[in-house]
Amino acid sequence: MKPAKFDYHDPRTLDEALSLLAQLGDQARPLAGGQSLVPLMNFRLIRPAHLIDLNGVAELSYLKMDNGTLRLGATARQRELERAAIVAQHWPLLCEAASYIGHVQIRNRGTVGGSLAHAFPSAELPVAMVTLDASFALRSKTRERRARAEDFFLSYMTTTLQPDELLTEISVPAPPAKSGWSYQEVSCRHGDFALAGAASLVALDANGAIQHARLTLTGATPIRAHQAEEFLRGERPSETLFRDAAQRAAENLEQDSDIHASAEYRREACAVLARRAFMQAAARAAQQTRGKAQ
Amino acid sequence: MSTRPVRLTINGREYAGQVEPRKLLTDFLRDDLGLTGTHVGCEHGVCGACTISLNGELVRSCLLFAVQANGAELKTVEGIAPSPTELHPLQEKFWELHGLQCGFCTPGILLTAEALLNEIPNPSETEIREWLSGNLCRCTGYQNIVAAIQEAAKTINNAKP
Repeated sequence: MKPAKFDYHDPRTLDEALSLLAQLGDQARPLAGGQSLVPLMNFRLIRPAHLIDLNGVAELSYLKMDNGTLRLGATARQRELERAAIVAQHWPLLCEAASYIGHVQIRNRGTVGGSLAHAFPSAELPVAMVTLDASFALRSKTRERRARAEDFFLSYMTTTLQPDELLTEISVPAPPAKSGWSYQEVSCRHGDFALAGAASLVALDANGAIQHARLTLTGATPIRAHQAEEFLRGERPSETLFRDAAQRAAENLEQDSDIHASAEYRREACAVLARRAFMQAAARAAQQTRGKAQ
Repeated sequence: MSTRPVRLTINGREYAGQVEPRKLLTDFLRDDLGLTGTHVGCEHGVCGACTISLNGELVRSCLLFAVQANGAELKTVEGIAPSPTELHPLQEKFWELHGLQCGFCTPGILLTAEALLNEIPNPSETEIREWLSGNLCRCTGYQNIVAAIQEAAKTINNAKP
């Protein structure tokens, strides 16, 4: 239960960090909060030859609102996200999702960018970011590109991030006007890894019909349920409708079986959570619409 | 084998050491500095026995490398009592209400409870249990831990001017 030897680098600037990554490539792992990386190292499931500690790179640690967009530096802590007043006001889905991550001791240290780059299947933030249509800035020493959250996650702990790249910034656009939101999760105990999760945004038109809906479910990677979203457009919210949509979203979902739950259980739980997420998001949207009309 | 210097403040006292980068902060505290109050349970961030405060934030010391704590201010269980002859109200109530049996998880739980009461002086039972979710206790069933924290909160709040 002790990590194998490694060389430790503690750059002070992003340029230094990117130069180190360019030079060391896949021999190196960036260290952010370390709440997933260090357990893997303690178990010796991974033995990186070099660690590049990003905690001293002050320019990567920020949380701010910029023209209605939330901008998060890669090493903004999860607890900061959970507790920031502007996030609670404009992106409550993110606060709620963050509150499910591990425990307070984990969130104090764990970072937003770290969780996204690690891309663990049951992680909360990837699901929330895909639902909110966030995008990520990916930088190497020689290039910078942007990836939409939905395109970034490829598979189990696999993203489009290259060995010489760092995820440096997360941009979260404002949710659609008057939309309601919901984040749902099932785990054995609060703070355990999620067995299934669902996030939704629903906006209603002036007549109370669904203007648009978004749904993301947990799987090997976060999955946006575009077909179910299309199916809901223009319909009037009802439990039957949402049950149908949730079934469509979950029935062909690729899920894994492990000691914690079977693939069938996960699909079923996703369907139930999807329905609850739609219901709660639609109820919140209705409140918003009524609230604004008064 | 290359080592790095570490200087840090723990419970108001300065310490220094020389560590291999792979040395976990927990092991540095216990083996190098002799501060064995911080316990090592699972060593992968699940059990909470190694919980300490780093620059005012609760963290798992088994998920940090000692080099990362260079320049930091730490608080460990050795630092929560007001003097060598007195107990912190939390310690007092844990003792009085049997908030521990084997005591292995207690240092981490005391640190968590102290941070909780700093942030929420009058926590509800739900809040207490939510904060405690990151600390495993296999003896007590948590009942007396929750009761001790509730009683300690009263003592601390009554002592406030």
